[in-house]
Amino acid sequence: MKRDTTRGLEKTPTGILGFDEITGGGLPRGRPTLVAGGPGCGKTLFSLQFLINGAHSGEPGVFVAFEETEDDLIKNVRSLGYDLPNLIRRKKIAVEYIRVEREEIEETGEYDLEALFIRLNDAIRQIGATRVVIDSVETLFAGLQNQGILRSELRRLFVWLKTRGITAIVTGEKGVDTLTRQGLEEYVSDCVIALDHRVSGQISTRRMRIVKYRGTAHGTNEYPFLIDREGIAVLPITSLQLVHTATNARVSTGLDWLDGMFGGKGYYRASSVLLSGSAGTAKTTLAAHFLDAACARGERAMSFQFEESPAQYLRNMRSTGLHLEKWVKKNLLEIHAARPTLYGLEFHLASMHRAVDRFKPSVVVIDPLSAFAGGTFDEVNAMLMRLIDFLKGRAITSVFTHLIPGGLGPVEKIDIGISSLMDTWIILRNTPPGQDGGRHLSILKSRGMPHSADERLFELTNRGMVTV
Amino acid sequence: MSTRRRTGRPERWILRLYVAGRSARSASALKNLEEVCEKHLAGRYRIEVVDLLRQPQLARGDQIVALPTLVRRLPPPMKKIIGDLSNQERLLVGLDLRRGSRRQGAA
Repeated sequence: MKRDTTRGLEKTPTGILGFDEITGGGLPRGRPTLVAGGPGCGKTLFSLQFLINGAHSGEPGVFVAFEETEDDLIKNVRSLGYDLPNLIRRKKIAVEYIRVEREEIEETGEYDLEALFIRLNDAIRQIGATRVVIDSVETLFAGLQNQGILRSELRRLFVWLKTRGITAIVTGEKGVDTLTRQGLEEYVSDCVIALDHRVSGQISTRRMRIVKYRGTAHGTNEYPFLIDREGIAVLPITSLQLVHTATNARVSTGLDWLDGMFGGKGYYRASSVLLSGSAGTAKTTLAAHFLDAACARGERAMSFQFEESPAQYLRNMRSTGLHLEKWVKKNLLEIHAARPTLYGLEFHLASMHRAVDRFKPSVVVIDPLSAFAGGTFDEVNAMLMRLIDFLKGRAITSVFTHLIPGGLGPVEKIDIGISSLMDTWIILRNTPPGQDGGRHLSILKSRGMPHSADERLFELTNRGMVTV
Repeated sequence: MSTRRRTGRPERWILRLYVAGRSARSASALKNLEEVCEKHLAGRYRIEVVDLLRQPQLARGDQIVALPTLVRRLPPPMKKIIGDLSNQERLLVGLDLRRGSRRQGAA
């Protein structure tokens, strides 16, 4: 329970990752919320998570199921690790399955839906429920003929729930041009949420829109969300503000000589670092030095690898003298590998978000950033901004590698958009074949600190990156 | 259909009327039902009235949502008729006591 001090509206946390954050605490307490969307958009899952998380935090709940039986629901959430039968046995959750078959029913004269109220009331009473889900009440319209009675009874149902102080989710099926087929949004004045599932270019994107939320400031943005093996995760994107507290603390780059180029101290903690260079300029190795040093200090580190499998990555780093596998074994380092083209940008962002919140690393490496080139420039930029914002908000120091194709052009002109998001920008360069020289590193910029303007020559050895 | 009227053995009818308390609508549904039964099923029917306010758990078994609901438990198949049963014609059709196109006037 959280009180919104500005307006005095109490909230009930859903426990759904990211959702309570964007709504300033969850759903309006003691009131019904409408969750609308097309088939397969995640309405039922959203509702079930709300109920199950409530059941685990002392708020029993009733699930009124019009479309799925208790067994269906149990199967649906088993893969997410929810033991629904156990919660039902312990009277933390009750499932009231309601089946209305039009073919079985003849109508003659006036009626009401009092039996529905009686059943719901009985289920609430039996387990002392404070949360209710009704999924989906619109099924009644297919089963019963008298639309006038249904409408007035539904209106009565919403008032009934509110009078009892029940925090409820009522789901509605998306209509052709309307939020819900039966216009349920008219009956719900406090909170309306629309879920959407689109597939374009073989990439599936799920979005959540807060259509209405009385008494609460909410972004009008659509929030991307994902459904993975842990359920729904919503990405807070409107928290894009530059409110990160600046810190003077420093964190080692992993190389003494490179720390020296930053005044002997390394990067700022909670800053973002870009390592640019063409293929084979030791970007990944430099990032690995950073991870290695963090783990050696006993901090947690996380690496997102988009071009190599974890095994490949560990083997390659071993050849440069970086034995990262020992940190993996000590649970200080987590390596996540994924093919970027398989998922949409938002899915990546969401899964990174989730992994980081679970493991709580102090440093993160994203290698390489160029893997996200699938989206348009604006999309990639927006996603990157959100990612950096997210990491800084958690005081995480992040290192991004970035592949510059060709590598002969003036690198400063490339990707101005990306570099402006970065606090520190390091360029790695190989002397073109046939010329004298070797591997070079220079610091193009590093906000808020004096740094070396030299171009430093280094070698890649089996003891890592060494200056010559 | 399991109608065995033509075999000469009288068929047993068990009808259950679900109501909530003693509302005017419940009373009128019961009165309408008794009239029809006396006229068409005299001597071979039984009416059980279930008050869901007293026995809420019984609503689950017959999947009752609307009230009043009349359930024809015997003879099979089970049938449900909802409403105050004020339209006798529809009630007879619903109970299969009169041939007629079901769902006439349906939306």
